[in-house]
Amino acid sequence: MSQAPSNFDEFMEGLWKQNPVFVMVLGMCPTMAITVSAVNSISMGLATTFVLSASCLLISLLRSAIPKQVRIASYIVIIATFVTVVDYAIQAISLDLYEALGAYIKLIVANCLLLGRAEAHAAKNPPMASLWNATGMGLGFTFGLLCIGGVREILGAGKFFGIALFGDHFQPWVVMVLPPGGFFIMAVWLIVFAAWRSRKQRASADHASTEEAKA
Amino acid sequence: MSTPNDIPTTPGGKMVFALGLVATICGVIIVGIFQVTLAPVNANKKLALERQVFKVLPNAKTVVDYFATDSGIESADGKETTPAGAVRFYAAYAADGSLAGIAAEASSAGYADQVRILYGYDPVKQVISGIGVISMRETPGIGDKILVDKDFLHNFEALDVSLSQDLKLLANAVKTVKHGSKQSPWEIDAIAGATVTSKAVGRGINASAQALLPKLYPHVEQLRSAK
Amino acid sequence: MNHETVANILLTTILPGNFVLAMFLGMCPFLGVSQKISTAFPMGLATAFVILVASVSAYFLNMVLVYYHLEFLSVITFITVIACAVQLVEMFVKKQFPVLFRQLGIYLPLITTNCAVLGVALFQTARQYNFVQSLAYSIGGGLGFTLALVLMASLREKLLLANIPPLVQGTAIALIVGGLLSLSFMGFAGIGGGE
Repeated sequence: MSQAPSNFDEFMEGLWKQNPVFVMVLGMCPTMAITVSAVNSISMGLATTFVLSASCLLISLLRSAIPKQVRIASYIVIIATFVTVVDYAIQAISLDLYEALGAYIKLIVANCLLLGRAEAHAAKNPPMASLWNATGMGLGFTFGLLCIGGVREILGAGKFFGIALFGDHFQPWVVMVLPPGGFFIMAVWLIVFAAWRSRKQRASADHASTEEAKA
Repeated sequence: MSTPNDIPTTPGGKMVFALGLVATICGVIIVGIFQVTLAPVNANKKLALERQVFKVLPNAKTVVDYFATDSGIESADGKETTPAGAVRFYAAYAADGSLAGIAAEASSAGYADQVRILYGYDPVKQVISGIGVISMRETPGIGDKILVDKDFLHNFEALDVSLSQDLKLLANAVKTVKHGSKQSPWEIDAIAGATVTSKAVGRGINASAQALLPKLYPHVEQLRSAK
Repeated sequence: MNHETVANILLTTILPGNFVLAMFLGMCPFLGVSQKISTAFPMGLATAFVILVASVSAYFLNMVLVYYHLEFLSVITFITVIACAVQLVEMFVKKQFPVLFRQLGIYLPLITTNCAVLGVALFQTARQYNFVQSLAYSIGGGLGFTLALVLMASLREKLLLANIPPLVQGTAIALIVGGLLSLSFMGFAGIGGGE
């Protein structure tokens, strides 16, 4: 590529091509613990997106001032700062949501995704590019969480975003909102994703070989 | 350009400066957000508490929190953390200023994480008059029945927590028994199939009552007059 | 003030309240380092040690924070203390067990971002455990983590001999196995006793 990727490219890279949940399989702890309902998933996803974007922006702004040896320590402090911000912000917005998400909000700081992004991208790129990439990745993460949380809520409680979908006769598949359910649904999505990707690869390989045959 | 032998070393000063800069920026951000959210968070907490207390003590209009210690009752005065040896409780007053009841928190380990409940205490009859769940992560459809199961909630309409003669302990410890085997007013009939969560509620109430009531009961009169 | 007994905490944290299988803490190494028992077991022990150090430090650190009304610094101070503890463990392992150090590779410094370590510090503070309860919680947590890791590794070693469809290989099958383990551990509920 002769020119630097545009901001939109950065955004799509984070959102889809390197989706944190389904492609990179990072940030697993909150993924399975919190995704028992669509609302929780979105809240956690947006909280993580905020922390990711804010920290990547700040790290990118300070990247020339932070020497190599202390970079990990600095990144951790910056990430922890924004996690604290989001922790108090959620408490101010809704205590019910805060109770539902519990300690997993503070655990965002241990999410490998954040440190990984800071190290791999924010430290080497200008602020706007970092911000777009981080936001894309955060939204990709939110999308992944929503996929899992939505399915678990539908199967395990018969609701979606708190709205009951089925009648009274619906027997909720309770295990889906319990820990094992998290494991299983995540596995199913990974399989679906792998199937979709391999089909795309075969399609493009077929396309390439027909091109060659024509040439 | 530096020769291959000349590895640039970062001067210690630069590292300290960088860390100092990061620490300062982050410090400002954290303290800033804390100050900004302090008022709304406190307002939220007060609202949530009042909502809980009013659910458990329906006549209540205002809530005041206190600490019960070995030497008597003292106002909590907005303190966040409970001092060692003290037990926090809430005195609820009706519209006319009379004492509507006492409320206190009980928590214990349930099936998954802690089960926190608020119970209402009637100092005249020495019974627990109702419970409300503050937070829990119990199994939906099983453990969370403690929220709605009418028979279970019936246990708490007049749960006997009277003190012994010497006012040092409960005369009879609150105990959760198997579903259908409740015989005494201080026992709690567990929900069939949700024993772990039911036992958590019983354990929590017992622990809290044993700690609070001997300290609180002798000084209850103080609360009727204070407002 | 928390009224759980030490035995209750210990047993519950190792089995039904297992950090990995019930609380989803420590998923990265659980999926990443559990291919062989020979790497899973030392990784579990290293993490267990860090958990213990983190728990004790967090307890005293929290006392200081509460005393000075600085609870909002809890996230930053906990994670910093953990990072230092991991650094020390890393230096220790490098000196005393160099082969192990090379085997564990990148995963050793990654214990810093292991949710289980920070999780212990946060949960024990939230549940207001006293010092002995915190110790029981962290020891139980470390043992439970190691147990889950070793179980997973032994199952995955067996899986190498199984005929797994290509779409399911790798993380997907590990998650399915993990889910089954989690399901079976749920059967231990109430084992801590408690009247």
